[in-house]
Amino acid sequence: MSKIMGERPKALVDVPLHYCPGCTHGIVHRLVAEVIDELGIEGKTVGVASVGCSVFTYNYFGCDMVQAPHGRAPAVATGVKRARPEDVVFTYQGDGDLAAIGMGETVHAAARGENIVAIFINNAIYGMTGGQMAPTTLPGQVTQTTPYGRDTSVAGNPIRVCELLSSVKGVALAQRVTVDCVKNVKAAKKAIKKAFEYQMAGKGYCIIEVVSTCPTNWGMSPADALQWLRDNMLPYYPLGVYKDVGEEGEQ
Amino acid sequence: MSDLNILLAGFGGQGILFTGKVMAYAGLMEGKEVSWLPSYGPEMRGGTANCSVCLSDNKIGSPLVTNPDVLVAMNLPSLEKFENDVVPGGIIIVDSSIIDKKVARKDVTTIYIPASEIAENAGIKGAANMVILGKLFKETKFCTPENLDKGLQKTIPARKMDLLDKNRLCIKLGTEN
Amino acid sequence: MADKVLMKGNEAIAEAAIAAGCRHFFGYPITPQTEVAAYMSKRMPKIGGVYLQGESEVASINMVLGAGAAGVRVMTSTSSPGISLMSEGISYIAGSDVPCLIVNVERGGPGLGGIQPSQSDYFQATKATGHGDFHLLVFAPSTVQETVDLISDAFDLGDKYRMPTMILSDGLLGQMMEPVVLPEAKEPTDSKDWAAKGHQGKRKHNVVNSLYIDPSELERLNRERFQKYEKIKETEQRAEEYLADDAEIILVAFGASSRIAHSAVDMARKQGIKAGLIRPITLWPFPEKFIEKHVGHAKSFLSVEMNMGQMVEDVKLTVKDRKPVRFFGRTGGIVPTPKEVFEQIVKINGGDC
Repeated sequence: MSKIMGERPKALVDVPLHYCPGCTHGIVHRLVAEVIDELGIEGKTVGVASVGCSVFTYNYFGCDMVQAPHGRAPAVATGVKRARPEDVVFTYQGDGDLAAIGMGETVHAAARGENIVAIFINNAIYGMTGGQMAPTTLPGQVTQTTPYGRDTSVAGNPIRVCELLSSVKGVALAQRVTVDCVKNVKAAKKAIKKAFEYQMAGKGYCIIEVVSTCPTNWGMSPADALQWLRDNMLPYYPLGVYKDVGEEGEQ
Repeated sequence: MSDLNILLAGFGGQGILFTGKVMAYAGLMEGKEVSWLPSYGPEMRGGTANCSVCLSDNKIGSPLVTNPDVLVAMNLPSLEKFENDVVPGGIIIVDSSIIDKKVARKDVTTIYIPASEIAENAGIKGAANMVILGKLFKETKFCTPENLDKGLQKTIPARKMDLLDKNRLCIKLGTEN
Repeated sequence: MADKVLMKGNEAIAEAAIAAGCRHFFGYPITPQTEVAAYMSKRMPKIGGVYLQGESEVASINMVLGAGAAGVRVMTSTSSPGISLMSEGISYIAGSDVPCLIVNVERGGPGLGGIQPSQSDYFQATKATGHGDFHLLVFAPSTVQETVDLISDAFDLGDKYRMPTMILSDGLLGQMMEPVVLPEAKEPTDSKDWAAKGHQGKRKHNVVNSLYIDPSELERLNRERFQKYEKIKETEQRAEEYLADDAEIILVAFGASSRIAHSAVDMARKQGIKAGLIRPITLWPFPEKFIEKHVGHAKSFLSVEMNMGQMVEDVKLTVKDRKPVRFFGRTGGIVPTPKEVFEQIVKINGGDC
């Protein structure tokens, strides 16, 4: 494995991750760490962990970390960034954290053009609490709290976060990626790097939405989960750049 | 004069809070303990405004004046609301160009002064509050004339300093009427 | 010494915080504290500070968490309903050992309540500002000058003990003007080695966190925090005594209501009634030492509050049935009058009023 993936990035602490087998969190952690390494910014980066499966990211990233209340990572990150404008600040949030309880904080941090990066893991389910409906759960998708499938007439509709945020002035980059294959992993890393570079250039709020899997709570093997992602998630959450102010864009 | 509790009341925009502040600053210049407490809330906008000022040689307890030694009434609702709260032997100063009604109480000194009219005749519309302040000063001597003037100077914002002399004039007119 | 100036309580809060080296303010408008934010919004940009209006109290307190975690002196101010909204963040801040200053300019409750002065957040401030085992250091000033003085202490002690501190003010103290002498201005410092501000490759990463999945670890940390609280109880209790040494009837009152109680004590003394006052300055830790001192000679205690009876429970816990403890209060935004309180004293003294 190490031959294929290369050395552990310096910005990842040498401890075993707690994630389930086949979970894509590990890949995204690695991509973020590689970007921090390549930009040489670990010493001035502060990460903000959210509540959900990724709550323990503060143990994994080698940079300084703050753990935020559920949904409040954008506000906590705002506080860090305003106190330390020279630092690079990112949040790492799941779909429940960012798009349900923390939607207010997310939209307003975006509208302020807050110079932070949000790494947004969308796997259409609450992982940490054991598989309940998320704001991004697909219509008809079975979860512990939508046992008959998500009935949108009762439970409402899934939220497409990148599309929504693309309309907000203050957002510098809103891009949806996935990590189901080597080609997409490379594209995801490129997007994450761009987001960090945009922050360092003072362009504003950047969000990279990573369409992800949750084999455990979806009740599938890791391979089946990736196929389910391609067949069901990607049609509803198309990959792409939803907003990009570009090199010459708003600063 | 040792302790003096004053309640100033009228419409928002009549300079009630400003007048109280001049008094508080003058008291401060006099070396007294002072407090200034405005009514606050939605009634500030277009409704009634009132303000408690305490001047004392001792530490001030409640800054909320419920039984004033001096009541300044600059509109009818204020007079009707507070007339009976004034301590026996206290003073009620009424702007008689705005309020027609006479004070019913006999155990207080009542002073009627057409403050709005006096100010307007002097060409300084809206300075009735300063005329009343002059009257109040004359009746109670709550501070020296020098400290009253210092209080005025401290209270007028820098950008309105050009109005200082007009305010001085109105205070003077208040002491003379 | 600097000049005495007349200042509104709320504006004095802001200016005192700036003088104490605070350059970061996050808040959300609410009556009757809005002048604090308005003042900060005017001053902060001129001195290289940060004023940011959050989209809610919830967001604002979490911005405070972020800035505090990053190691700067930071504060917020709000009024009662706003503290309820902030309580989640305050719990995280306490659980993460992040110092910050929270100002509550209290108004009447519950619910949207009213906007007139109240002291009905005593329980919330001293017993359960949020979920979990924790305390804030809570100061209750009774004059504008004392508000100014306590803000500097609150920041310093918050840093010393690495914990959130609160100034419990109210609409009366916030809106009134009194003469103040502002302290000499301190420059902000940046010396917190535990903060998440970027390790510059010079140390292991700092983590500011309140999550401990292992119950034995969480218990150990909570016990450590409570050992710190015990030390604070030992060393930081503050109160002012007024004519208490020979008093038979001792009033206990804090903040705005203590001013009324003070006047009532004077009225009683004029009538020959031996009344006195103990005015808690710290509400947590509750100044039980100051009460204890007088339990022997006092015949009776009277807690005077602008609520339905909250601090009276702490007075009772201290007096422990040795002497009767009574309560008088007005609520909903009504400020009691000295006469009302005096009448209570007369009644306790066995007379008519």
